[in-house]
Amino acid sequence: MKIELTVNGTARALDLDPRVTLLDALREHLKLTGSKKGCDHGQCGACTVIAGGRRINACLSLAVMHDGDEITTVEGLAEATGGTLQQAFVRNDGMQCGYCTPGQLCSATAMLDELREGWPSHVSDDLNGPYELTHEEVSERMSGNLCRCSCYPGINAAITEAGAAK
Amino acid sequence: MRPFEYQRPTTTDSALAAIAPGAAFIAGGTNLIDLMKLEVMAPDTVIDISRLGMDGIEEDDGGVRIGATVTNSDLAADRRVRRDYPVLSRALLAGASGQLRNKATTGGNLLQKTRCPYFYDTDTPCNKREPGTGCAAIGGEQRNHAILGTSEHCVALHPSDMAVAMRALDAVVEIRGAGGETREIDLEKFYLLPEDRPQDETVLEPGELIAAARLPAPKGTRQVYRKVRDRASYAFALVSIGAVLEMEAGRISHAAVAFGGIGVKPWRDGAVDDLLTGEEPSEGLFEQAGEVLMRDARPSDGTEFKVGLTQRLLKAVLTEATQ
Amino acid sequence: MSLDLKIDGPDREHRPDHLAQNVLGHEIDRPDGWLKVKGEATYAAETFPEGLVHGILVRAPGIGRVSCANLEDVRNMPEVLAVVRDERLLRNAAQGGANEAPVQGVDTAEYVGQPVALVVAETFEAARHAAVALTVEIDGVEAPVDPEAVVPEEPDNQISTRGDLDGAMRHAPYSIDVVYTTASMNSAAMEPHAATAVWDGEVLTLRGALQMLKFNRNELADSLGLPPERVRILAPYVGGGFGSKLGISADCVAAAVAAMELNRPVRVVQHRRDVFEVNVRRSETRQRIRLACDTQGRLTGLGHEALVSNLPKEEFFEPVLQASYFAYAAANRDLRLKAARINRPATGSVRAPGEAVGVTVFEAAIDELAVKTGIDPIELRLRNIPEKDPDTGVPFSSHRLEATLKDGSERFGWNERDPAPRQRREGEWWIGTGMAAAFRVNMITPAEARITLDGDRATVESDMTDIGTGSYVIFQQIAAEILGLPTGKVDVRLGDTAYPPGSGSGGSFGAASTGTAVWLAGMEIRRALAERLGCDESEMTLRDGYVTHGNRRVPLADLVGGGAFSGHGRVEPGDAQEKVRQATYGAHFAEVGVNDVTGEVRVRRMLGSFSAGRILNPRTARSQCHGGMIWGIGMALTEEMTHDRRDGHVVNRDFAGYHVPVNADVPPLDVYFVEELDDWAGPLQVKGIGELSICGSGGAIFNAIHHACGARLRDFPATPDRVLAALS
Repeated sequence: MKIELTVNGTARALDLDPRVTLLDALREHLKLTGSKKGCDHGQCGACTVIAGGRRINACLSLAVMHDGDEITTVEGLAEATGGTLQQAFVRNDGMQCGYCTPGQLCSATAMLDELREGWPSHVSDDLNGPYELTHEEVSERMSGNLCRCSCYPGINAAITEAGAAK
Repeated sequence: MRPFEYQRPTTTDSALAAIAPGAAFIAGGTNLIDLMKLEVMAPDTVIDISRLGMDGIEEDDGGVRIGATVTNSDLAADRRVRRDYPVLSRALLAGASGQLRNKATTGGNLLQKTRCPYFYDTDTPCNKREPGTGCAAIGGEQRNHAILGTSEHCVALHPSDMAVAMRALDAVVEIRGAGGETREIDLEKFYLLPEDRPQDETVLEPGELIAAARLPAPKGTRQVYRKVRDRASYAFALVSIGAVLEMEAGRISHAAVAFGGIGVKPWRDGAVDDLLTGEEPSEGLFEQAGEVLMRDARPSDGTEFKVGLTQRLLKAVLTEATQ
Repeated sequence: MSLDLKIDGPDREHRPDHLAQNVLGHEIDRPDGWLKVKGEATYAAETFPEGLVHGILVRAPGIGRVSCANLEDVRNMPEVLAVVRDERLLRNAAQGGANEAPVQGVDTAEYVGQPVALVVAETFEAARHAAVALTVEIDGVEAPVDPEAVVPEEPDNQISTRGDLDGAMRHAPYSIDVVYTTASMNSAAMEPHAATAVWDGEVLTLRGALQMLKFNRNELADSLGLPPERVRILAPYVGGGFGSKLGISADCVAAAVAAMELNRPVRVVQHRRDVFEVNVRRSETRQRIRLACDTQGRLTGLGHEALVSNLPKEEFFEPVLQASYFAYAAANRDLRLKAARINRPATGSVRAPGEAVGVTVFEAAIDELAVKTGIDPIELRLRNIPEKDPDTGVPFSSHRLEATLKDGSERFGWNERDPAPRQRREGEWWIGTGMAAAFRVNMITPAEARITLDGDRATVESDMTDIGTGSYVIFQQIAAEILGLPTGKVDVRLGDTAYPPGSGSGGSFGAASTGTAVWLAGMEIRRALAERLGCDESEMTLRDGYVTHGNRRVPLADLVGGGAFSGHGRVEPGDAQEKVRQATYGAHFAEVGVNDVTGEVRVRRMLGSFSAGRILNPRTARSQCHGGMIWGIGMALTEEMTHDRRDGHVVNRDFAGYHVPVNADVPPLDVYFVEELDDWAGPLQVKGIGELSICGSGGAIFNAIHHACGARLRDFPATPDRVLAALS
């Protein structure tokens, strides 16, 4: 099937087997291997990309379902956001092996937008907000991204730092 | 994943016209793609209904009508839902992860498959996956399995959080048929017990499509959702409870309590609601409710704890809701 | 040339303290950090050699003789290139440091989930579908899968007895005799094991997810029947290992066999489910602890008996007692490891094999004794720190347990604690605190590295890996320090068997072993520079790219001139191993909440104080400690591989069922380092840091659970069902 994705601001035409997931389209067909495959079943978050402004698990989406969509991956994140978050990840050692890092970055970027839009979370005392970048809010909202090296302290410090800088 | 044909109709009617035996609708895909990769499900045609405009949340006769493809995120964040149906927002936010909630839809959540590991394992027998092959969970490792509504053929659990809240809110499922006709069915009657046909999970007929879920005007302002799980986030419920209560003059005037993590379907027991209704809240009453709820429970080696856990949680939830 | 060092004795020079660049011990950014945040670090499955095809492993659904009836049908499926049923395929991953092929074969499945075929197709999608289509039939045999149901082996070298423990138990004023269990666990690194194999007819080049390349090369060559020099392995970035990538795994050999057969590059990525089955897991354990003490809390009897398991023909057994040999002294003792041969997936090294579960359980048992005697748990430990290794009688190279206990205690506010359980309540939550000591053996292993100094730019090369531990940055720092260069002037190249063989990443020995090799390589260059300068190496100062000797200061690049300097360092363990007992120590403190209604446990804060020699980079060292502490949270609260009681298969072989801690499980963590320069740890005084913090952390949590709610749990993990059962 022929589709077109706008990936990191560039239109990319693809001809794909409908079985190809968005993640495999990015990794195998566009050779954008920044987005990682950790489980292929939506259970780890390493594949998180931003599609139409929302963070999603690229592994649980067929590429053909995204025909015409705008996708931001870690490769395009610095350009899209200025790279503040990435700097904060490096400075706070928000990574060890680095395999979950692209997913953490995409997830955090969109998470900060969700927070600004006033979306509640499981740990929010009041469903009507407002919400702050507390340890509880950040850690709950980032719980869809596993890190087995367990860099959560560094990740959260980086997100809090970058979120406050905005 | 078996090869399939992908179609993306532009109208609901054309989607309904496209559906045929062996075909499946896809909206968020968070469960279907998961299962297709393992060939637990293997449709030959996948019909994408994500762009049919079924993603609206509208006022509806004092309640709300939630389009089938409204995402969990949008539903949880909807201002009316947060105000009038906080139990639903809470249930949604307790489920999955931010990423999954951005994709998972209302209709898909209602239809999500069990997380029984044997259902997911095509190397083991499963009556739900392959009717007549047997149940590997029985005699195997049960923990995230049901204790209510089970049969000798299946002990699989319905894993939804959202549907638990919807049961407590008396949701109605709006179904479009192949001929374009619409029928409505109470969520209570939407799910089937496994009995000797665990493969039949709902009353949806072949060719039918969930168009929306309707919530009547809230019948109680005291709404609580609590979920117990193995880790702090991103895990299925061991037990969850959604409660919608109203109090009048110190008595419970409306009680609707639904349960996740224990039933073959999002569980609600009229006898529990009846027992509570009209009564003054008391520890004894809540304990009695727990006893009634579990009168037919069939725990197995590995799920016994759910009886006591549910009863303790029920007491806590009812206490919170009636204070 | 090469500068070689065998560590036979102490090094009291402390040269790093007398160098001028002053980058060791500082928080320097990882040079690989920017690549990782931009998605530019390429892992095992992220290159695209021309003609690349995809292989998917197929598992055995049972135990017994294997046959595939529809093999030909599958071969004829669209896009399918091969169904490989080759006797060279691996039964399970090689053990760490095996250096030879592990058990191979596809005709018999010895555990459910064993890889028995590889399906190769033009595309990933086609291969995945064909792999499901392949029917694997098993002519089943009865096989034991329950470690409790077989008569275990009792290896002689795993027994250490002295005196009369039974007698000591009978006569002691205080004693405990308790049984704990820990669960079957998985490393579950985020990057699934993967291999991309390219065969040019002469040399096999494999890009893999591997931790110890010099061994992996020999393992792979032996598995394939090739001489090692015809195998090259690349692993510049590895998405976590934790022991699971120490030895080559099924994907490596399968990809290599297919690539050689098809003459095309083949990539094999383990499905997440495979990761739980075909590599190595941490053995479940049953541990009986017997402790006897006098009225002052001094141990008179110490017993630690552990039952672990592994597959037939595996030599590894979880060394549960490893720290129990030297942690505490008692005149009467009985340590013994029992090993059950069962047909569950193989066990092997997982982060801190031995101590991770052994210390954790022992430290929980010590807490029981503390409660029984009424002696503060820290005080009880302080009273039992041995003067010398109670097992061998040799002195300790350095012993900072007391310092970490006191440091941690003070920072945590331990003294404010009411020792009685069930004293603090917040709503539904019981709040309590607990502590545990940390012990981990320290190792140095043979390692080599090379530095090339070209002008004022140095390049470090070793086949050492960086699995997230920070190898890149610490080698950069070491080279920068010894050569007097800003870190930006040092490039580090790792993960290629074309480079000198490093130690590999494992056993926390990477920094000390390969780091020392880098140091030695740098020292060799220093000496060459000094020779050119006509002085002794120690008389010159290298800093910021300048060489100073007396009143002469010249740019390093000028001294180097046109030709590059090359230094090669080689370190190996020597007599020091026999002369002293060397270990790392620490203290864990945890505060938990236990929900009285639901049995849920949440860690509210955690603090660790550790002594692990010279800390090269506090930031990456702290990250390592965070990791270990969080693994402790997982071990204590969430992680358990469930094996089906009928056939032993892993029921929860995915991330939805195997619960590694998520962000929300982790409270703010505090990590402190107690200063230590262990002269027996080589010229850098560096010891291992990657594993120490998992040793005992789960014990601190279990002890805090008891303090919170009064219930003593003895089965890890403390899931809500178990906590509820203990509460009632």
